[in-house]
Amino acid sequence: MGITFRKETFRDDFTFRNSPEHIRRFPFPFHEDAYMYAVNIEPHVVGPKGSVLENLIDVDEHYVAEMQDRALVLAEDPLRCQSLPHMTLAGWDLLELLMEQQALGYPEHFTLERNGDRWRWINRPLGIDDTFTFGDTSTLPYGPMEYITRQSQGDFCILDQRDGNLWMDAGMVTTQADWSLDFDIGMNFFEWHAPVPLAHEKGIFTRALKFLTNIQQGKPARRLNWTMTINPRLDTSPENYHKWGPDRGTVTPENVGDKVHLRVELQSFWRLPRSNGIVFPIRCYLIKMDELVTQPKWARRLHRVIRDLPEELATYKGLTRYRPTLVEWLSKLDDGSATSPGFGPD
Amino acid sequence: MSTGTTKLDVVVSDVVPVNDLVTRFHFRRRDGELLPTFSGGAHVVVEMRDGERTRLNPYSLMGSPLDTREYTISVRRDDVGRGGSLFMHRSVKPGLEMVISYPVNLFSLDLRAKKHLMLAGGIGITPFMAQTAQLAGAGGNFELHYTCRTASLGTYADVLQQRHGNRVRLYHDDREERIDLDRLLSSQPLGTHLYVCGPAGMINWVRDRAAALGWPPETVHYEHFAAPQPGLPFDVTLAVSGKTIRVGEQQSLLEAIEAAGVDPPCLCRGGVCGQCETNVISYDGKFIHNDHWLSEEDHRSGCKIMPCVSRFEGKSLVLER
Repeated sequence: MGITFRKETFRDDFTFRNSPEHIRRFPFPFHEDAYMYAVNIEPHVVGPKGSVLENLIDVDEHYVAEMQDRALVLAEDPLRCQSLPHMTLAGWDLLELLMEQQALGYPEHFTLERNGDRWRWINRPLGIDDTFTFGDTSTLPYGPMEYITRQSQGDFCILDQRDGNLWMDAGMVTTQADWSLDFDIGMNFFEWHAPVPLAHEKGIFTRALKFLTNIQQGKPARRLNWTMTINPRLDTSPENYHKWGPDRGTVTPENVGDKVHLRVELQSFWRLPRSNGIVFPIRCYLIKMDELVTQPKWARRLHRVIRDLPEELATYKGLTRYRPTLVEWLSKLDDGSATSPGFGPD
Repeated sequence: MSTGTTKLDVVVSDVVPVNDLVTRFHFRRRDGELLPTFSGGAHVVVEMRDGERTRLNPYSLMGSPLDTREYTISVRRDDVGRGGSLFMHRSVKPGLEMVISYPVNLFSLDLRAKKHLMLAGGIGITPFMAQTAQLAGAGGNFELHYTCRTASLGTYADVLQQRHGNRVRLYHDDREERIDLDRLLSSQPLGTHLYVCGPAGMINWVRDRAAALGWPPETVHYEHFAAPQPGLPFDVTLAVSGKTIRVGEQQSLLEAIEAAGVDPPCLCRGGVCGQCETNVISYDGKFIHNDHWLSEEDHRSGCKIMPCVSRFEGKSLVLER
């Protein structure tokens, strides 16, 4: 039967909503009642049916609307998609990965036919049916990375591996939590993580880099990251800060449930076979407080996490202005009883 | 036993003697599917079941990355080594079912290069077979300088010259032909990257000359697998798992740890990737460090060892494993 894709917006009138089934499958990122950085990386293997890990590349009810929003962002600012000249081969690697995974997980929506290097790609939700020559950029309407990431949910960074480091040399970044590909392009792992507080001192990036440079083909890994966003806006970029930054001042006790969203990133890491690069998909999931608190365990736990979050982290995540209002609102849903271990709702 | 990668169940589809020392082995998947795509310079770890013993040796993939119906490796017979190459030459026949790792690339092309300058010595030619095939298919700019002892031991020299014409230059030791290295390194266009694979002496020579002539270190790439060396047997206590093991003469320390049922992370098994780095808790004796991962300071400290290639001689050794 397939997915029923929602008609919704991530700007202006903000009609984005999660269906009840999608609330249940939301990747809630807190396994306990407190949060601190950790190298929380685990193998990216298929998870339970009905979860966002049911397929390694997740497609959900927001797919069509997210792709429309991406097209709007790119029309206004083409620099959200960049690929340095040596990264074209990695772009073909990514095209193969995303076509294979989407066709494997959602055969009713996507079909890939391969006949040598002559490939046919059918994307039914977006009405695409293209035949092209794998490896020949002139047979696609865009470069391979741009072509496939205009048809795949989430941001994608392609990292070149050399000199024992990873380099942000290509990417499609339109649904980001306040960072800029145009600023970071060409930087290495330590350079683009420089603004993150506390983690450098803990040696987290040195260990994480060691892990990532050893990611093996056929053995992807993943981690969750999170922040909060006011209104269900996918494009919270530094370039557009003037559009979304002031929203943080609009949170009142009356509108917390509707305006404040938990924003979770499912980040995965894959070795690319031909280029030996790494692709880093950053898949963004949004849920408004009214939806989240329909799961009482999540409401109690989120209250405790936000209340006890170290000041530096709250500042880095941009929560400072509305944190007291949010904590006050959540506290009414926390009766102090224990929460069960693990991420899932009770 | 874990090699840190996913495994592939393969069958030996062909065994081809190439010359007096080198034999080529072809692998296909047992299920008939295509093998994973790889990049030029990648290697696989081949598991050799030899009676009670299991050896795991890395070999560069030498086929074209554009053709994944089969993988090919070339093995040079080493009559004084630990027996892995002899096992391959004597016991591996077409039809034998084997297990190999997914490809791992620790000798990757730098795709920013305007030109790829490759220097091979002896069996060090194998990663360049795949890299030149990859670059030729994509219209890449490369030049290969290949040193071998004699024409008859110039493994694949004929194939390479046929494929790539005058982009391949041969040097034969018995004809006293030598690479004019300084001239070669001094006459390259800006943006050239240098790759060298061969005996340790050759790698050191090329790296030293490149550094002296002002090549930036990030443009000099080398593949430096140290095969584990045989040595005197020695005893080791594994403190974490509470086991005492004996490392045999022809066994690596890593293989002995694995044979005891302890699975340290590892990838290259050649002393370069750093995965199996192990802390030393106490020792009375002397280390024989053969790796290219730890610093000289680490070697002197007596605090760390790379069990894939390094050994120990003395009274006692306690490791944090």
